[in-house]
Amino acid sequence: MSSIKVYVPGDSAAVSVGADEVALEISRLASASNVELEIIRNGTRGVLWLEPLVEVQVGVDRVGYGPVRAEDVAGLFQAQFLTGGSHALCIGEVAQLPWLAQQDRITFKRVGIVDPLSLSDYQAQGGLVGLERALSMTGEEIVAEVIESGLRGRGGAGFPAGIKWKTVLETSGESKYICCNADEGDSGTFADRILIEGDPFTLIEGMTIAAIAVGAGEGFIYIRSEYPAAVAKLSNAIQIAREFGLLGSSVLGSGNAFDIKIRVGGGSYVCGEETAMLESIEGKRGVVRSKPPLPAISGLFGKPTVINNVLTLASVPAVLAEGAASYKSRGVGRSLGTQIFQLAGNVKQGGIVETGFGISLGELVHGYGGGSLSGKAIKAVQIGGPLGAYFAPKNFDLPMDYESLIAAGGMLGHGGIVIFDTEVDLAIQAKFAMDFCAIESCGKCTPCRLGSTRGAETIQRIIDGEDFEPNKRILLDLCEVMTDGSLCAMGGLTPMPVMSAMINFPEDFENRGGGAK
Amino acid sequence: MTHSPWSVDAAMAVLEPLREEPGPVLIALQAIQSEFGYVPTEAVALIANTFNVSRADVHGVLTFYHDLRTTPALANEIKICVAEACQAVGSRELERILKTTYNDQVCEAFCFGNCALGPAVMVNGKLIGRATPTKVAEEIN
Repeated sequence: MSSIKVYVPGDSAAVSVGADEVALEISRLASASNVELEIIRNGTRGVLWLEPLVEVQVGVDRVGYGPVRAEDVAGLFQAQFLTGGSHALCIGEVAQLPWLAQQDRITFKRVGIVDPLSLSDYQAQGGLVGLERALSMTGEEIVAEVIESGLRGRGGAGFPAGIKWKTVLETSGESKYICCNADEGDSGTFADRILIEGDPFTLIEGMTIAAIAVGAGEGFIYIRSEYPAAVAKLSNAIQIAREFGLLGSSVLGSGNAFDIKIRVGGGSYVCGEETAMLESIEGKRGVVRSKPPLPAISGLFGKPTVINNVLTLASVPAVLAEGAASYKSRGVGRSLGTQIFQLAGNVKQGGIVETGFGISLGELVHGYGGGSLSGKAIKAVQIGGPLGAYFAPKNFDLPMDYESLIAAGGMLGHGGIVIFDTEVDLAIQAKFAMDFCAIESCGKCTPCRLGSTRGAETIQRIIDGEDFEPNKRILLDLCEVMTDGSLCAMGGLTPMPVMSAMINFPEDFENRGGGAK
Repeated sequence: MTHSPWSVDAAMAVLEPLREEPGPVLIALQAIQSEFGYVPTEAVALIANTFNVSRADVHGVLTFYHDLRTTPALANEIKICVAEACQAVGSRELERILKTTYNDQVCEAFCFGNCALGPAVMVNGKLIGRATPTKVAEEIN
């Protein structure tokens, strides 16, 4: 009889709430009672509110228990959890959990299900099918398929991925690069990290397809130093991919050479901006470059370079495996395919929600999120990271797609949604946006470097109840200059949280008696 | 985390394998910090000479990145996330409490990607979710 399979996520979020201790306790109690079992450290399914979520393979199903603490493990053994026994923490078959079953997982199909470093698991779950198909196509055909799928940049800008690839394909150059932006600095976003820790081969496959399409021989993944576990997982996965022949001098025996190097960031938010990232990969200060030239024409080390976010590249294998038509059958308007939303902050049921574009904000916050963690009313949500807009519950009908959010004065960004209860003071949040920009600005352009500091000072005066109308006029003027005059999105979008806070929550700015509320 | 005492030989042993790397200055500084716990002043000239770049360039990179430090590491490194998602679950208040106990060993960080299980604190490289003063104290002891 083969041993029983028990899954305990090794993802950093699960580990941060005790998954390692739970795994140790299961292993200790199993050997104490001579039970043979295999503990697999899978990624997280993204159901973060149930972490640590322990799963047991029972026949073809996986029965889940969560959230499990180390002190619950003895009780689980008593309840016969190794055969799916009932227990207060049992959630039944994990795949049938409505929170998961209602999602449409394409990019995150394997995350939390497979052993992240097992290539045989990866292949058993549909891995490498996309790359094998790509290897039978010309570069032009691959690019056409990606354009046809409607896949847009998931990093925030939403630029059509295939068009970018086409530019690199058509630019001649003896060497070209694929750069993956894994500098996921936005607060409220963690999908890149969870994908890398839970299914790193999908990213490697996506980058390899991009390389085959445009004729690149080398790739770089630029990943944050705040993600040490993801860096380690990715290094191991790249090594395994080399040994297998997925990377190296002849990708899957095709004769195409491609290999990937990792570069770890230095704790700088602006290095998530694509040209600052290129500077940082080149080992320099992360100072933003002027465009043109576009990185697609003159990028890393001056060579034609594809720069895509983790989620964009990780969506490519599914696009190739299932075809553009299948991918673009999801979504609405010009926002096609699925979006990986991340519910964060003061939320009861936080985690990863992958679903077609167009779902309403309220459905995400209340339907999936289940309201606030504190139990208090929700006052505000910020969508798209620290440079994204603050919205109020009156905006909860808003459909979540690129165009609708822009029309409402916001942006989708990397798909993070941070939820705040009634304790939040939007004037303080607006000041934080300016302070953050002052700390993280690369300093190259004046509107961002000086505007952020002047903006923080002006908002402080408003918070102190000083001359509201004149200070508001100064702030509006400053926001206009920063929006129109900054070199990149750092300074250009910092006004977005500030302005949206003032527009949607005017009561937090007007007539303050002085000091924080 | 144990670090080696500074020596030119130990530094060269770290830098030597990076000679073939494209754009080596940042990774060289990171490698030095990981070996010695910080980037000693002497390392700047050594990196400049090894990779044939100016000392000004190395200094520029060293002073740009928040992660790189020019003084030895403290006994404990307690990084608290003060970005929006953790603010929404009380990280500012937690920071205030931690600072009364651990003073300058506490520093601010922006996001560990644990935004659904905040507040997040990283103690000597270990990430703590739903952090409380008690959980932080347990990790330090």
